[in-house]
Amino acid sequence: MAAALTGVTPGPRSRRGVLRWIATHSIALAIGLMFVLPLVFVALTAFMSDRQALTSDLWPRSWHPENFAEVFHTAPLLRYFGNSLMYSLLATAGMLLSSVPAAYALARMRWRGRQAVFLIVIAAMMIPPQVLSVPLYVLWARLHLTGTLWPLIVPYFLVDAFSIFLLRQFFLTIPQSYLDAARVDGCGDLRALLRVLLPMTRPGIAAVSLFCFMYTWNDYFGPLLYAGENPDKWTLSLALASFRGAHQVQWNLTMAATVLVMLPVILLFVIAQKSFVRGITFTGVKG
Amino acid sequence: MSAKPNAVPAAGSLSWIRPRPGHWIRPLAFMAPALVGFAVFFAYPLGALLYYSFTRYDLLNTPVWVGLRNYAFLLTQDPLARKAAYNTVWLVVVITVLRLIFATGVAAVLARIRNGAGLFRTLIYLPALAPPVAATLVFTFLFNPGTGPVNTVLGWVGVKGPLWFSDPAWAKPALTLLTLWVSGELIIILLAGMLDVPAELYEAAGLDGAGSIRRFWHITLPSIAPVLFFGVINSIILGLQYFTQAVVAASVASGSADIAGSQRVIGYPDNSTLTFPVWLYQQGFHYYNMGYASAMSIALFVVSTVFTVFFVYRLRRGSHGEEAA
Repeated sequence: MAAALTGVTPGPRSRRGVLRWIATHSIALAIGLMFVLPLVFVALTAFMSDRQALTSDLWPRSWHPENFAEVFHTAPLLRYFGNSLMYSLLATAGMLLSSVPAAYALARMRWRGRQAVFLIVIAAMMIPPQVLSVPLYVLWARLHLTGTLWPLIVPYFLVDAFSIFLLRQFFLTIPQSYLDAARVDGCGDLRALLRVLLPMTRPGIAAVSLFCFMYTWNDYFGPLLYAGENPDKWTLSLALASFRGAHQVQWNLTMAATVLVMLPVILLFVIAQKSFVRGITFTGVKG
Repeated sequence: MSAKPNAVPAAGSLSWIRPRPGHWIRPLAFMAPALVGFAVFFAYPLGALLYYSFTRYDLLNTPVWVGLRNYAFLLTQDPLARKAAYNTVWLVVVITVLRLIFATGVAAVLARIRNGAGLFRTLIYLPALAPPVAATLVFTFLFNPGTGPVNTVLGWVGVKGPLWFSDPAWAKPALTLLTLWVSGELIIILLAGMLDVPAELYEAAGLDGAGSIRRFWHITLPSIAPVLFFGVINSIILGLQYFTQAVVAASVASGSADIAGSQRVIGYPDNSTLTFPVWLYQQGFHYYNMGYASAMSIALFVVSTVFTVFFVYRLRRGSHGEEAA
């Protein structure tokens, strides 16, 4: 397949083919390095001594893994980790409860107003998060919930436009005949959803959950808006943003903290790489 | 992309033949939480926003009606709003153009890879995973003028690197480079689009004697046009809401400990990173000019809605027929 894609007619054994192979792979290697080298520099700096981190050296003269322990001493990372985890897990759970049925109704049921609701989903999905920040903040302030992460979590139990949009895309890939068969067997909509659609779209559900988890985990604006004033409720992103300022010249500690914040996400990606790639390609499919 | 995912029922499938009595009750039950959610977290705030935008409001006292004064101030008197709008437009245009070109180029190289394609894909996607705050810290370190690796390497070849995040002329280009570095998602989407182009098209073109550049121009690009369109809209929306990276870069480069930036550091250096959403946030949540911030929000909303309408129009045309219910 790959050979056909490149449209290269001479076989790879021919001399031109070999040259072409070397050329494309060198370019790809250069591109790959461009993406990865920054992370390598960061990791190397994280291991440097305080003194060396102030120089323009790229390679640590001596290795200081204790920098990572130092980060834990200078900031209550575990609490921030717990806050981030609570936000992301609850939001993802809430999203699944609210968005799966909604996506089913949009993808697989026929009713008046369906198109209109789908347009609302897209409008809500595309709206910059800052636009509604004033009225929403006022709303949550009246409920005395500012200073916590609840204003970010609660909405997921009702609606998350992007997840509904993406889940709908996944549900539409299942041929209608499966659902018709279920209906002939006497399944109602709820059983058709739980017994037929969900098992068949498990990779899609996984991808949407991952996206939701990642989005909330990486979110900076939301926690800043509602919990910025209350360091007890800071997430890892908020804490990391303030870390550098508090440790002015210590690039080694800042980079160690950065590595620690990135690590869980990268681990998640390594574990669930397939779902990620599937989900990503799906967001663009409908263009 | 060749196989349209929405294989919605052909007319005559069972769900059509047997509409159930009270058939709107079930959709309503399935949609109920979402409808409540849209009402509370979308429709109501939008209405409230419009109302606040005509008032003077500081969160503590009741809003005072001031008519169009906020809009007048925004459009004619606030020099920083103009600066912020300029910065946002700059970022939208430059990011959209460069991101599309860069991502298409990288995807085109990856599409030709025969060995280790999965590895390359992973490497390119890795930065996109990093939380934006972390990615911004990475870049402020890489590009820090004194000891950063970028200027160090530039020094080896005899180039004196700029001050990057500390130079008003270079701060936005540095943010743009950051955005390109984390564009792995778009690259993967474009790559998937390219790999879906039927091989016969290339073979036919090869027989006609078309070279690889012409094949790319006349076959690959038109085939992935829908994905490119998605990329354009996605980049525009991204540029319009540019916030986190601007705030973090400004605060780190200026050496402030304030997570949200303060008046001193916001937009550092010299308001070159003051984007429209950053100024909106500053007005609303630092100065508590919530009425004015609402007027700014309405302006941002109107602009982003224009692009949403484009997107929806395209989406509906793309799935024409299947969606006509």
